[in-house]
Amino acid sequence: MSDKVTNIVLVGVGGQGILLAAEILSETFMLAGFDVKKSEIHGMSQRGGSVVSHVRYGKEVFSPMVPEGEGDILFGFELMESYRYLSLLKPGGTVVVNDLCIAPPSVLVGQEQYPADMALKIQELCPDCLLVDGQNLAIQAGNARAANTVLLGAVSKRLDIEEKYWIEAIEKMVPKKALAVNLKAFEMGRGLK
Amino acid sequence: MKEILSGNEAIARGAYEAGVKVACAYPGTPSTEILENTIRYREIDSSWATNEKVALEVGIGASFVGARSLVTMKHVGVNVAADPLFTLSYTGVNGGLVLVCADDPELHSSQNEQDSRNYAKFAKVPMLEPADSQECLEFTKLAYEISEKYDTPVLLRTTTRISHSKSVVNMGERTGAVRDAKIEKNAAKFVMLPGNARVRHVAVEERTVQLSKDGCGMPINRVEMRDGKIGVITAGIAYQHVREALPEASVLKLGMVHPLPFDLIGDFAAKVEKLYVVEELDPFIEEQVKAIGIPVIGKEIISICGELTPGRVRKAFGLPENAQSAVEKLPGRPPNMCPGCPHRGVFYTLNQLKAYVSGDIGCYTLGFMPPLSAMDTCVCMGASIGMATGAVKVLPPEERKKVVAVIGDSTFLHTGINGLMDMVYNKGAATVIILDNRITAMTGRQENPGSGHTLMNDPANAVDFELLCKAIGVKNVRTINPLDLDECRTVISEEMERPETSVIITDKPCVLIKREGIFKAGAPLQVVDESCTGCRACLKIGCPAIEWVPASGKKGKAHIDPLLCNGCDVCSQLCKFSAIQEAK
Repeated sequence: MSDKVTNIVLVGVGGQGILLAAEILSETFMLAGFDVKKSEIHGMSQRGGSVVSHVRYGKEVFSPMVPEGEGDILFGFELMESYRYLSLLKPGGTVVVNDLCIAPPSVLVGQEQYPADMALKIQELCPDCLLVDGQNLAIQAGNARAANTVLLGAVSKRLDIEEKYWIEAIEKMVPKKALAVNLKAFEMGRGLK
Repeated sequence: MKEILSGNEAIARGAYEAGVKVACAYPGTPSTEILENTIRYREIDSSWATNEKVALEVGIGASFVGARSLVTMKHVGVNVAADPLFTLSYTGVNGGLVLVCADDPELHSSQNEQDSRNYAKFAKVPMLEPADSQECLEFTKLAYEISEKYDTPVLLRTTTRISHSKSVVNMGERTGAVRDAKIEKNAAKFVMLPGNARVRHVAVEERTVQLSKDGCGMPINRVEMRDGKIGVITAGIAYQHVREALPEASVLKLGMVHPLPFDLIGDFAAKVEKLYVVEELDPFIEEQVKAIGIPVIGKEIISICGELTPGRVRKAFGLPENAQSAVEKLPGRPPNMCPGCPHRGVFYTLNQLKAYVSGDIGCYTLGFMPPLSAMDTCVCMGASIGMATGAVKVLPPEERKKVVAVIGDSTFLHTGINGLMDMVYNKGAATVIILDNRITAMTGRQENPGSGHTLMNDPANAVDFELLCKAIGVKNVRTINPLDLDECRTVISEEMERPETSVIITDKPCVLIKREGIFKAGAPLQVVDESCTGCRACLKIGCPAIEWVPASGKKGKAHIDPLLCNGCDVCSQLCKFSAIQEAK
């Protein structure tokens, strides 16, 4: 095992299932034999605020926070929040982002506009960017709420971890009644190019 | 057994393994999940107290009759619990007592950034500070040993990045050292009259000296010698950032941050060319190291404000910063009250009535944000009523009428009730609105004495707020439906006119309550496009379910997201054109 620590930053809006996705990532890496650390800010963010979670794994991890500019993967659940946190990503880093806009309060009331062309701007700064239609794929898998698992599937293809660990983690963390849909959503995400 | 645990989960596990029998707390981010995890262990009696002072008193009672107890709170909660804490330092313990205080550098969800290490020094009690979840578990167990060996309560300090970070933990078993409770009277130790307390103070000072000496041999205070050029004294999460940013530096990692092991610090200082202290918030370690005559660099290079990150440590040491993408400025994304939140109608009304709103701490603090913009003060838990009393004491009569205190159910029971008794007794003529949503919502929906359930999910007495207010002498108590804007306006304006104390209680629950039968969503609403004139009146309540859809060349229209709408119907009451109706 090399000493390299892999850094993943998850960002989105409170209520999108970001924390569960971060839990599944962490569990997967532990099952695969790595040291893992995960850090997040919640509390106020439950009420529609911005949510950021950091997951790091490797032989030995010190800080639970991804050092600025050292993120390997930005795992985004919403376009504007993904753009906002690009500074955490290293140059040439990978972005896997849900093709979804959620308007913040100032936009809802018509005071500000949701910035145009967020997806394009992300792709300009990070050419290695996969735009995922998470919502529609989740509906195809059987439940619109499984978009986070579709995205997780897409992220999993970009990491060198055996599939069995992912499945084991999902089976452990996802409630039984939602498991079949989530496993399907995960496979659909993994199938994305 | 290996698991990934958060710091909070690991502390709960540590308490279980240490044989803790009683755990008590008032919820507060980032400490809340500790008690939400001790309930996994039925051997521990876990409960929410009405406030932090009561929580600590419950812990003290259990300790004095011999059982190990755990008390948890956030940093500002320690201010509330400080009174019993300082004397508990004198009495010492019988069964071990650990008080967890969770600090929040960077104020992720707090009203100030205080450094609780000062409390350890001020109250003269030892403080341990873990640096990851494994240490959270181990230090909790060690804290009980120290507590009983040195006859002292022990503070366990965490910060947000310890409480809410997860890392791999090896778990153990509940030990055989579970202490049974039994009455053993010892007035000289447990009755702190001046004569007894003078004797105990001497013991406290001796204890601190002894702990400082013994700390030099404690494995949790450890020297990691690497390169001799740079030596760093650090603790807690700062240790992780130092290891990340300065992998070659020698480190003295302190597990006990009070009292400091001065001899060990002196030895370490002698082994390195240049000595630094890397710590979040106050120069707590730095000042004490300087005071014993050892030159050290600390706050000259590291900010006294905010939390550390690996990048901030790199910058402090002049290391090159990583390249970062520059992104343009974006609209912010602050938290907001939920769709259907029962507070929204009240704040809309207060804004319309141009009230001076003395605010408090909870979800409803978000009422200060536009477009509701209806909160003028927020200082600490329970403060709104007392502050309203103070304001009406000095305002001219016409201005006095504008003063309205708002307070949540849990906050009212925390310390607000004292303010209300004072207001009635001292004839304060202000209006108090108790925003009773049946739950401690902001910290994640914890039960409280007004909700009718305990932390361990047993049915319990639910405080009758109306009767309670009457019992403490409020003559004018009215209950309103906060989702009915006409009723809000009529009742609130009538009570604001009244030249004596009055209390208005709202009676709709939080939309996030999961318990069956408490919150019932109404039918989702929709905007009938042909009727919408684009007047924007419905946008004035700032509901996340209502979106303004601009249209080029002509007026835009409002749109309601049927998936978000909880059918509270407040928006339709604002629409003069009957454009908001039940979705078909």
